[in-house]
Amino acid sequence: MVELLFGYFAIVIITSALFGVTRKNLVHSLLWILLMFVHLGGLYLLLNAEFLAMVQIIVYAGAILVMFLFVVFLLNLKEETKEPVFIHSWQGRIYGVLILLFFALFGAFTYKKTHTGSFTIELIDKQGHTKTIGTALFNEYLFPFLILGFILLVPLIGVGIVAVRRKANGTS
Amino acid sequence: MVPLSFYLALSATLFFIGAFSFLTRRNLIMMFISIEIMLNSVNISLVAFSHYMQDIRGQILALFVIAIAGGAVAVGLIILVLAYRNKKTLKLEEFKLLREE
Amino acid sequence: MIELLIMVIKTTVVFGIVLTHVAYTTYAERKIIGRAQARMGPMEVGPHGLLQPIADFIKIFFKEDIVPINAEKFIFQIAPLIVLIFTMINLTVIPFTSNFILADLNVGLLFILASASVSVYGIILAGWSSNSKYSFLGGLRSASQVLSYEIALGLSLAGVVLAAGSLNLRDIVIAQHNTALGVYAIPQIIGFVVFVIAAFAETNRAPFDLPEAETELVAGYLTEYSAFRYALFFLAEYVAMYIMASLCALCFLGGWTIPKFITDILPFLDKVPGIIWFAIKVYAFIFLYIWVRATFPRYRFDQLLNIGWKVLIPAGLVNLILVAFLKRFM
Repeated sequence: MVELLFGYFAIVIITSALFGVTRKNLVHSLLWILLMFVHLGGLYLLLNAEFLAMVQIIVYAGAILVMFLFVVFLLNLKEETKEPVFIHSWQGRIYGVLILLFFALFGAFTYKKTHTGSFTIELIDKQGHTKTIGTALFNEYLFPFLILGFILLVPLIGVGIVAVRRKANGTS
Repeated sequence: MVPLSFYLALSATLFFIGAFSFLTRRNLIMMFISIEIMLNSVNISLVAFSHYMQDIRGQILALFVIAIAGGAVAVGLIILVLAYRNKKTLKLEEFKLLREE
Repeated sequence: MIELLIMVIKTTVVFGIVLTHVAYTTYAERKIIGRAQARMGPMEVGPHGLLQPIADFIKIFFKEDIVPINAEKFIFQIAPLIVLIFTMINLTVIPFTSNFILADLNVGLLFILASASVSVYGIILAGWSSNSKYSFLGGLRSASQVLSYEIALGLSLAGVVLAAGSLNLRDIVIAQHNTALGVYAIPQIIGFVVFVIAAFAETNRAPFDLPEAETELVAGYLTEYSAFRYALFFLAEYVAMYIMASLCALCFLGGWTIPKFITDILPFLDKVPGIIWFAIKVYAFIFLYIWVRATFPRYRFDQLLNIGWKVLIPAGLVNLILVAFLKRFM
């Protein structure tokens, strides 16, 4: 059952990523990427990471992609229908990318397991994934967490400055 | 039980789809979206490793990547909006002020 | 195999009951608003107008379905479905009583927030795919309203989660039952008020119903939708009202339990089944929705966003800090 679900999620993720990067209409490609994000959330559920799955859907599918959509709508971005989608030298780059992908897949399939930690699946099933992440995040990684708060504060201030300066300039 | 190599293969494929799209699309927003695809592929890899090596640090790092990607998108979209206001277009060929002639 | 059948039957029962409630909520709304305005409401169809929802349903079924000419046909058709599906999917994680829940998720509360985040797409896509300027602007307005109040909603629920120690909705009710006052609405009164106001804004109901007001941008993102698709949007809105009412009842009012100090005084209340208390609380909240709609004028859009960002989010943060203090030192 898990294999079937993984197969479905993997096929939909790859297909929607491929469609998403090749569409001419920007909004269509964003909608394919939305499908990819939701299926990524489902994939995290298969990996026993339910809190991370919900966070992925709330943050990526529910906030970041909505930001993208708002920018596309408010700037009224339209692709010209006569222009090609990719730049003129895309054949060379796809060969390079495919060669690197071959090496990456070779590395993926010859991986040997070296290390086993202590957060077993039984532990996560017993005390809940949220509590596991919570105890690790607030005990061992508290300092990075506080820095993350500052990192998220910076765009907030930046957006405020850019928006206010626009009103002061008088241009729209 | 799905072997770890399948998750890593999925992550690699998604990363290279994102990389190819970053190198060849002409629109700035599509380049942005391909960065998001690459970040998500790294997240899959992290969470899969965390599951198979039973170490929580992969998922903590994935959480940080999600949060930082949010911040990066916000800042990047601010820059994009300002660039659009300057050039009235988002085609990649128009942004060539730093190029040598 | 038999478990799958039982699950399907349970799901059908829950959805059937909720949809019947939704149909009769439209009737109740017209009656209550009518009485508030010194008139009778629907009286014609059936005794005291009780068959009015059935008449409405038959009428909508027979209306003509119009799709605008240059609209993106596929997205136009699935936009109401996105809103409806991601609203009804919340019904699966609500515990109606102590042992009836369709899916006992450990992250149930987060699941409701996640599906609220994704249902915003239905609104944006409905506005955009209608290929009309009014729908487009109405869709963006409505979407920004829902997004802003989602943060306030999340903050007020964060206070509840902090006090209860779990994201599981059943554990929240049980933890609530074990506190001294029995409900979270009393020690977290600020959070309760923030939640109620955010619930009004999330479901696009008065006084935040700018997209539905006929004098504003015609009907916002709903302008180009006729007949059955319009009915799907309104079905989604009323189901969302029930979800918010259930969430309020579960997180702030004690769910299917009654506070211990009341059962100490009147012990016969212990024998009333939990579903009755849950139903009373949900109906009270729905009545509040209808009452507020009959009473308050609607907010202008910039006033609306002001309240969401500048009033509710600081109030939610203050509530969170207060709850943290209470939990640490009590």
